[in-house]
Amino acid sequence: MTDTQLPPDAPIAVKDPSRLSLALQSDFIYTFKRSPVAMISFAVVTIMVLAAIFAPLVAPYNPFDPASLNLMNGFSRPMTPNAFTGDTFWLGTDDQGRDVFSTILYGMRISLFVGAAAVLFAMILGITLGMLAGYVGGWTETIIMRVADVQLTFPAILVAMLIFGIAKGITPVEYRDQMAIWVLIIAIGLSDWVQFARVVRGATLVEKNKEYVQAARLIGRTSPAIMLRHILPNVLGPVLVIATISLALAIIAEATLSFLGVGAPPTQPSLGTLIRIGQGFLFSGEWWILLFPAATLLALALSVNLLGDWLRDALNPRLR
Amino acid sequence: MALVSVANLTRIFDVSKPWLNRVVERRKKAFLTAVSDVSFDIEERSVYALVGESGSGKSTIGKILVGLLPPTEGSVKIRDVDLARERDAARVDAVRADIQMIFQDPYASLNPRWRVRDIIVEPVAARGGQTRGMAEKLLEQVGLSARDAGKFPHEFSGGQRQRICIARALASEPKLIVCDEPTSALDVSVQAQVLNLMSDLKDDLGLTYLFISHDLTVVQHISDKVGVLYLGRLVEEAAPDELFDDPKHPYTQMLLEAAPKLGEFGREVDPPKGEIPDPINPPPGCAYHPRCPLAEDICRKERPEMRPLRGARVACHMAE
Amino acid sequence: MTMTQPILSIRDLTVEIPTRHGILRPVDGISYDIGRGEVLGIVGESGAGKSMAGNAVIGLLSPPARIAKGEIHVGGTRIDHLKGDAMRRLRGKQIGMVFQDPLTSLNPLLRIGDQLTETILAHLDVSRSEAEKRAVAALDEVGIPGARERINSYPHEFSGGMRQRVVIALALCAEPSLIIADEPTTALDVSVQAQIIALLKALCRDRGTAVMLITHDMGVIAEAADRVAVMYAGKLAELGPVRDVLTRPRHPYTDGLMGSTPLASRGKARLHQIPGAMPRLDALPSGCAFHPRCPYAQDKCSADPGPTLADGNGAACWFPLPHDAKVA
Repeated sequence: MTDTQLPPDAPIAVKDPSRLSLALQSDFIYTFKRSPVAMISFAVVTIMVLAAIFAPLVAPYNPFDPASLNLMNGFSRPMTPNAFTGDTFWLGTDDQGRDVFSTILYGMRISLFVGAAAVLFAMILGITLGMLAGYVGGWTETIIMRVADVQLTFPAILVAMLIFGIAKGITPVEYRDQMAIWVLIIAIGLSDWVQFARVVRGATLVEKNKEYVQAARLIGRTSPAIMLRHILPNVLGPVLVIATISLALAIIAEATLSFLGVGAPPTQPSLGTLIRIGQGFLFSGEWWILLFPAATLLALALSVNLLGDWLRDALNPRLR
Repeated sequence: MALVSVANLTRIFDVSKPWLNRVVERRKKAFLTAVSDVSFDIEERSVYALVGESGSGKSTIGKILVGLLPPTEGSVKIRDVDLARERDAARVDAVRADIQMIFQDPYASLNPRWRVRDIIVEPVAARGGQTRGMAEKLLEQVGLSARDAGKFPHEFSGGQRQRICIARALASEPKLIVCDEPTSALDVSVQAQVLNLMSDLKDDLGLTYLFISHDLTVVQHISDKVGVLYLGRLVEEAAPDELFDDPKHPYTQMLLEAAPKLGEFGREVDPPKGEIPDPINPPPGCAYHPRCPLAEDICRKERPEMRPLRGARVACHMAE
Repeated sequence: MTMTQPILSIRDLTVEIPTRHGILRPVDGISYDIGRGEVLGIVGESGAGKSMAGNAVIGLLSPPARIAKGEIHVGGTRIDHLKGDAMRRLRGKQIGMVFQDPLTSLNPLLRIGDQLTETILAHLDVSRSEAEKRAVAALDEVGIPGARERINSYPHEFSGGMRQRVVIALALCAEPSLIIADEPTTALDVSVQAQIIALLKALCRDRGTAVMLITHDMGVIAEAADRVAVMYAGKLAELGPVRDVLTRPRHPYTDGLMGSTPLASRGKARLHQIPGAMPRLDALPSGCAFHPRCPYAQDKCSADPGPTLADGNGAACWFPLPHDAKVA
């Protein structure tokens, strides 16, 4: 009556191949293995993220433990034994004798945390609003997308500074330093959601007219269920690309804010704070205090960005 | 009693430009009458085919039938329940469970991120039903293998995907399946397989089909009654043999004449004149009169009513 | 061999796509000729390689697909090794192209008159005013009413059928000797399809243009083509005069295809069906690619690839159906 290549008495209980094993055989992994840029940047990012997470274990000193600091070690040159104490620091020390390598590891921790949290915040906000705009349409869409358009006319960093300023104004002085990191995350996140919302709205408009969504509608699935279970998995591809590139931008935005003195406080220095502190010593000859944090920031932002670029090409079927 | 009863169904779409553009360009609102005063019945366990060219409103009728679109005027009653107006949620739900749909594009009608098993049982799972082993059973019923349940849609060819769509449509044990051009995206040999499968399933399970197609030759193999649509209006309704042997409406005659024929080599046809008019500004009177060889004054002024003629129904002033 | 030189002559054409799973051959050693004023129908299901063969002829293969073997001659000139500019010149001058979707062949931002005039100026040595005159004439010829006024319209102002006529005018205006029409009527309604087929046939007759008509629709082939080539899995399964191939198919695949085609005259009968589906290029069966679906397959079929079609007519089958076989 009907045709199949397989015998009809095939066993009912078969173990499905896992999503992971399918992913490992995919073209995606294949193109990754053939792209040296992607592999190197992935390696750099991985090493940096791991070093940041395990900073307390990796760092030779704890720069925030006053007991371990020796002012005599101040301004040690990289790889050179200190004239007074004889201690050697790979990347030298700053004016207070803090090991620059260790402060970079701890600073990277804060930079990465703020960047990742800000992107996550922007992503959740952007996906939710973008999907609502695309799926519901009408006035909801008009309002969301007009707000997004207006916000897009201002530079992101300006929006972040504005939000940061307002938040600072309304937090009591004694909490300011504690709250600074969270305010930073919200400020950067709010300045960045528009990109996610725009892309997700576009993808949602395409997906919602596909017949599998109609099939779900006609069996009586509710709109939230359709958005969450049907549309969301299918719009995540482009979101992933933007998230990666946004991460690089968020790290730089955080560094910029901190460099301008409106970001991470000196008690919790991020890479940006370190660069701000370092630039004061540049002209007195202590170049390492500025150079190494700056190089780290550059390497981190560049690798993440290159990874994002590759991801965009790899996920774009037209370029393959 | 008929399973489906469509009475004076009309659907008008607002295709106006946005408000601001209308004001600036001094345009009026534009309305497209996709379906205009269509009435027909579908008997239980029969196949009713709706045939028409693009813009004939055949897909719109299908969507109204399954409840994806509300009618503007008129009613669709399924087992005497008017889905668009019934207030009793339990009755609506009971009727909805009895209707399923198969779509044209087998590539867009399956969610690419879901496993076949989850896709097939969704109509049952959405109502909280028991689904164990159901997908496997249905897959075998449509001529695939139980082993296919764990795969993703991209691993299947177009014909196999359409079988999966059929399996999904069968999952909730419906009475009525609306098939919107189910084979027009398929190759000839695969089309034959799918048509035969649908025909077998109908006999085995006592199903009723509304079969929507642009191809007269396809529907005659499966249908018990054919309705021919032109510009949103039903122009002729007859049993397929009757329709092919003795087409009464000039439009039906033209369609049959224009369809390429296998046996007539190098046939020199006098090709039909003109094209389908703009549905936003349909011609007055009979919509077919600008292309009709029989048209007289009355055709330009008065819209013909459906009237019985030699065992068929036809909407034409001139047909005899 | 025909007495006169064919317009298009393809010999042993093979197209390869290197992939990480190995080399795929969407077109595998096909040979055919198209003579002056002849319509050759290329029919086959999706994945048979029929469009790929057409693209190879006009040099529109998208990398990494490439011509690996064989020769293509147009009007006696070998063209398969031409590159860049030389190919582009030839494409407009010698070969016209009509695609399935008329919108992709028209520039949405240019008036159709300008598109026609530019094409004529690029390929023919005429003055601008002469080119404009010819543009109007070309639109007239393809049956666009009010050609003189419509020449200033943009593509979106035309209906689907009219757009396809404009594309045909565009393909014709440089007076090519060969037109490749790839599913020219698939996106159109039945009534408009009949108009376009009639138009193609008339042009072919009046101008002596050779036409390669690629389609999946057996009915269109029957009405329009003089000869037909049936393709399956990259190879020619059968080639011959359309009447012979369609009424007395010798290859079991052609036979099955004919049986599956719904016919007005067949009534509410069950359709004949070929079991299975066209194999994927990366999983071709051994021997004759059709043997797993073939009701007449024998041991030889799974061992040896089907016989290659010599130039001319016949079926690439070890056990062709007898000549008097009826359509199933």
